Formats: sequence, C-alpha cells, structure tokens
Amino acid sequence: MELSLRGVSHKVGAQQHLYPMDLRLAPNAVTVLLGATQAGKTTLMRLMAGLDRPSEGTITVDGTDVTGWPVRKRDVAMVYQQFINYPSMTVRDNIASPLRLRPSTAGTRPAPRGGMAVLGGGPADGQILRPSTAGTRPAPRGGMAVLGGGPADGQLLHPSRGQLDRDAIRRRVDELATKLHIEMHLDKLPAQLSGGQQQRVALARALAKQAPLMLLDEPLVNLDYKLREELREELGQLFATGESTVVYATTEPAEALQLGGYTAVMDAGELLQYGPTAEVFHRPASLRVARAFSDPPMNLVIAQGLGDRLQLRPGVELALPGQGGVTVGVRANALRVTGQPGDLAIKGEVELAEISGSDTFVHARTEIGELVAQLTGVHDFELGAPLTLYLNAAHVHVFDAAGLLTRAPERQGAR
Amino acid sequence: MARIDLDLAHAYRPDPKEDADYALLPLKMSFEDGGAYALLGPSGCGKTTMLNIVSGLLRPSHGTVRFDGRDVTALTPQQRNIAQVFQFPVIYDTMTVAENLAFPLRNRGVPADRIKARVGRIAEMLELNGQLNQRAAGLSADAKQKISLGRGLVREDVSAVLFDEPLTVIDPHLKWQLRRKLKQIHQELKLTLVYVTHDQVEALTFADRIVVMTRGRAVQVGTAGELFERPSHRFVGHFIGSPGMNFLPAALEEGGGLSVAGQPVAGAVDAVTGAALSRAEPFALGIRPEYVELEEIGDGSAHARPGTITGTVAQVQDIGTYWLVTAQAGPHTLKARLSAHARPPAPGASIALRVLNPHTCFYGADEQLIAAATVAAAQEGLA
Repeated sequence: MELSLRGVSHKVGAQQHLYPMDLRLAPNAVTVLLGATQAGKTTLMRLMAGLDRPSEGTITVDGTDVTGWPVRKRDVAMVYQQFINYPSMTVRDNIASPLRLRPSTAGTRPAPRGGMAVLGGGPADGQILRPSTAGTRPAPRGGMAVLGGGPADGQLLHPSRGQLDRDAIRRRVDELATKLHIEMHLDKLPAQLSGGQQQRVALARALAKQAPLMLLDEPLVNLDYKLREELREELGQLFATGESTVVYATTEPAEALQLGGYTAVMDAGELLQYGPTAEVFHRPASLRVARAFSDPPMNLVIAQGLGDRLQLRPGVELALPGQGGVTVGVRANALRVTGQPGDLAIKGEVELAEISGSDTFVHARTEIGELVAQLTGVHDFELGAPLTLYLNAAHVHVFDAAGLLTRAPERQGAR
Repeated sequence: MARIDLDLAHAYRPDPKEDADYALLPLKMSFEDGGAYALLGPSGCGKTTMLNIVSGLLRPSHGTVRFDGRDVTALTPQQRNIAQVFQFPVIYDTMTVAENLAFPLRNRGVPADRIKARVGRIAEMLELNGQLNQRAAGLSADAKQKISLGRGLVREDVSAVLFDEPLTVIDPHLKWQLRRKLKQIHQELKLTLVYVTHDQVEALTFADRIVVMTRGRAVQVGTAGELFERPSHRFVGHFIGSPGMNFLPAALEEGGGLSVAGQPVAGAVDAVTGAALSRAEPFALGIRPEYVELEEIGDGSAHARPGTITGTVAQVQDIGTYWLVTAQAGPHTLKARLSAHARPPAPGASIALRVLNPHTCFYGADEQLIAAATVAAAQEGLA
C-alpha cells in the first residue's frame, strides 16, 4: 500500500509536536524513522495509524484520503517496545487471535467494510484485556491503546460466515512461529518465555494480521544486544518480502543500517531527510542529518576554505577546494592509525579506547579537536599515549556555512 | 585489597542432579588483587548470582569463597569489607555531595583531616569538586550516580568494589566519559573491581579481564583481545563481535588435508594442529566475519585457491561503516565484513572465501576450542 502525508503537522495546545511535513512512504518496503527520543517518531506513527488526527494536512492510502478515519477503520498492525501479549492465552492462541472471529470483543471490532467479513480481536487491547507487559517500561508509551481490526484476508475467510478455516489458521500460525523460531513454544503461556521470545510472539501476531501497514515502535529496545542483532536480521528478511508497508521507529543508526530499506531522519519534530537508507547515510543533506545519523558521532571540524585547500588549523590542511567558513565532517571509520601516501597526519593523544567486540572506538584529543576513530577488531591503547591519526581527503564530507552538504566521499562499491 | 578465590557452585535445590538445577555450575576462579574484572553474559547467565556470592549477599550452596586465602563464605558484606555500587543512585538527598562521599568514612571513624583529603581526591577524579557543597537533591541523575560511584570508591581499605550495571542511568552520550573515568580511577587506585554488565562495550572497555558467562557457566576469562582472537568456547565466538563468529563443519581427510563445509581445502594444516584435530572429530572451523577474505572467481571454474572454499554471494548489505556480505557455501551460510572503502562482490557472484588463515580456530563437539591455526599453517596456505 502507498501511504502519503501532505503538509501534515501535529499540535497539542500551543506545543508544536510535528512541523508540517510531506512524506510518501516507499510502498511495500521498510521505512525507518530515525531520531533521538522526542524527535516526533511516535507522534508521527500515531497519525499514520489513525490514533490521532493531524492538526493540518492530509493522509492518503493508495490515493484515498483517510485523514479523519479512526484507527478501527484502518488496517494496521502494531508492535510496541514492551512485549504485549494476552497473558492467559497460549502462544498459539496469541498469534492466531487476529485471525479468529472474536465476538466477545465487540467493543474493539471494526465496522463492516466493503462487504468483507468482520474480524475483531486485534492485538492486545490495553483497556479491556490488560496486556502482560514484560520488560522495564511500566506502560505503553504515549498511551497507544486499542487497535481492533483484523486482516482482511479473503483466502482464509469462510466467505459466508466470516470465520476462519481452522486448518488454515493452524497452518498460518505454524508458518509464522517457524519463521520467528518460536515453534517449540506454541503451547506455552507468554509468561513462561524469555523477553526475546515474548517479543517474537508479539511480532508473529502482528505479522499474522497481514495488514497492509505495519508500525513498529522501537520493538527491540528492551532486549539484550545479541538478541537485537538476531531479530533485526530476521525482521529485515521478513520485511523484504514486500507484503506490507512497514514503518520502524528507532533511535539507533545501526538498526537503520542493518534493516536497510528507506530512512526518514527526524529531529525535534521535523522531517529532515528521506531516502534509501545507505544513500541518506552516505550523503546526509545537512549537519543535522549527519549528527542524527551517526554512531559514534561524525567528527566535525570547523575549517577555512582557502581556494584550493581547506585549513583545519594552520599547517593542517586538506587538498579540497573551498571558500570561507565550512565544516569538515569525518566519519569515525575514515580515520586510520596507519598512514597511506597522501594522507593527512593528525597528532594527538588517546583519551580512551572503547571496544565493542568487532570494533575499537579510539577517542583522541588532537591538534584539531576531539576525534573518534573506528578501527576494525580489538586494539589496545594506553590512556594518554601519543597517537597519530591519518585521513584521506577523499573520505571527508564538507558542509557549507549554512550547514548544507557540498561534498560527500565517492562510494567504491555503490551500485 | 584482596585476592578473591572462588571454588563453589550454587544450586536451586539441595541435591542438584542436572545442569538446569544450578544457577552457577561448579567453578574455580580467581580475581587477582588490584584487577579490574567484568562479568559479561545474557540475562539469566548467572553473573549477578556470582556477584552476590562474592559480596556475601548470597551464600553459595556448595564450596567456599576466600579473600586472601581466608575463608569468608559465612561472612556478611560488612565483615568482608565490600563496597557496592548499584544500577540506580543510592545517596542521601538531604546531604551535600561532600557529606555523601564522606559518609562511608565517617561511619568507620576515619579522622576528619583524612576524610577531607580523600573526599577531595575522589571528587576531583569524578569531576564533582565544583559541586561539593551542593545538596544532592537537586542534581541530575548522572551526577547522582557519580556520587554513588564515588561512595563506592572512597574507602581505601575495602577488599573489593563491586558494580552492578552502574551506568544504566547515564545518558548514552556521557557514558564513554564515565567509562574513561572508571578506567583512570582503577589505574590510580589499584582497587580490586568486579563489574557486572550485559553490555559488551562496557565490559570490554572497562575490564582488564572479562569473564564471559552463559547458562550458569563461566566459559572464558580473558582480555578483550583474547576473547576476540581466540574464543575458547563457541559461545564466546558468537557473543563477542557483531555479527559473531562463523562456524562451519570440518573434517580431516585421509592424507591429512582439511575439508570445510564438505569441500577440500588446499593447503594443509600444520602437524600440531592436525594432530589435535585428528583426536577430536567431529569438529567445526570458526572464523570471524572480519577475517574472511573474499575473491571473485568469475565463472566459478577457477582452480582451488589455498585456504579457501567456494560459494556464492547471497546478499550484500551496506552497513554504512562496512559492507556485510552473506555467502552461501552449499547449505552453509557465512558472513564476511569488508571495509567501507572496499569494492564488494555483486549478489549472485561466485567467490572464493579464505577461511584458513592465522585467525582460524577449531572447536570440538563440546564447543570448546581444540586448536587455532598457527601462522605457519596460514603461510603454507597462502603459498
């Protein structure tokens, strides 16, 4: 499905939560909303879901204006940070719940639409069913509550009675559970599972809906890093099948890069840039985007353009054209500790070597300011040891006085 | 300061029968006097249990805890003279920063002039000296946690200082500075520090030695470099590094040659490695994505290159600061990490993957390291 926002903004009282933005999501692909906390990611998702109404602007789905439509008329699946499942249902029933007719949840049932049979029982209904929330966060953030509205999946429906074929449900649940590696836990209750497994159940249920729009709000934030890594990879593969338009909010640049797809960079209620993820990362349109989309932070050095070269400080120059005040941006992985011909040598001393496992991030105090260099593998550095960092002019970004990108490194492998 | 020796186990039930009955499986371990240690592992691995046994909050069901040779198993944290720092700030809001820092010393009747000197020194190290006379109540969460850290470090006579995820509340942008502070403080004060975390960056950055734990077992104690280069257990290979180590089934051929993922690998392993492997079949080859070298081989018919297996490129991901190539060798998947400045192969391309080089490790059916390829083996492979 194609979701478009035109001139959409959101105001609460005098507070502008979202500034007017235009955004046409790539259909049937994943779009990452990337930004720090308070950037407006959840606010934007609530507008997309129909949980809130934009103050201005229009939202269209496949060309139809749905701006005022309530959430129960939309066909949306959602996954939150905390693991929301029905505590008294088995994993199998949790996953199957959007596929089943559940007349008892009449309050959350969507209105019949276009002659389609009605499927009630959306994901965890905060008010009615008291979801079991594991993890440390006490309550759903921003009060995202009820989403009724099951999938409108014609094949699985019994057209006459609006009921699902039992075998079809079983097959679908088995298939999803296998994809998410929880097939051995189908008869357990959510509380018997680890946090990572509980979130897989919530993800499987959201996928079971086969909703054309799937919204995920920092779904992995409460998990251990190794689990996050594994789930990110699995999700990336699931999203790549192109069955849904997926929106995935995160504060972590690494998550956006690993998921691929498209990225919308947000900051302080503004949409700064939208495009293919790698493209946005390698060609951030502005300093603000570069800051938001880098971890460790992009090294930024104020420089003076002297025509044919950029002076970082007297005697420390890059052979790049420029005039007047500019900012040179150096990604941490562009700095090396062994020089190559033509490199600029920058002298300094080690403040700390942070080791992530695959990478060592060396924080250094240098003649052109504080820098962070990213080296592959584990390297030992004494605190305070002298260190020379090397930089090739071809690997830097340059931003003009207004903070807009004027030069980006050429991509070797870009296709 | 003390050297701490553990020779113990902790079971959930009085007569443990299987591994699942233990929170901590039987282990022998020492924390050297003045060392900085991290206990690292996923939730439920037993790291907090181990910390609580060291501190005296928990008495092990079996075995002993010794401080400098003295059996302290039955002693309380106070009797063991342990200082602790927890996830969340534990301070007195009504006291000033200086009073908070002085509290553990005053409690023990340390003379006022010595308290003043020590508080001054700790405050300076943690960059709290500008706020010494401020009431703690009005401070940010970061500053409060710094006070907690300071209170843990202020006494010179403690046996050890134990930290339980102490940087959880710290703003991510300030974390590295506090990690640096803790490292500096350790170098200056030479206290025995034990630090529990599930964050690998924190553990690998802070500690001289990291204890990697999984399912109640300490599977390796080593430096960050050792964990990366020579994981002594497959779990360590998997857990440290993103993505973790690749593992492929391997076997010794009749003539002493090696086959990996069902393919013969040209260039033999050396005699020592070979002898170790011949006693340990079946085994697996482990190589980190950072150390897999790739070469395109055009039509795929090229003759076997030393130390390599062949495969096809399944996926190429631009992770921004590096390329991640997923390759398929028969039914086996492996990942290779290439520099962002390299030119990656195209999806579908036939490639040679060098899996035998000085960074290659071999693991037995019990997941333990059997042997590592020596430099000689790799050079032979490259010849």
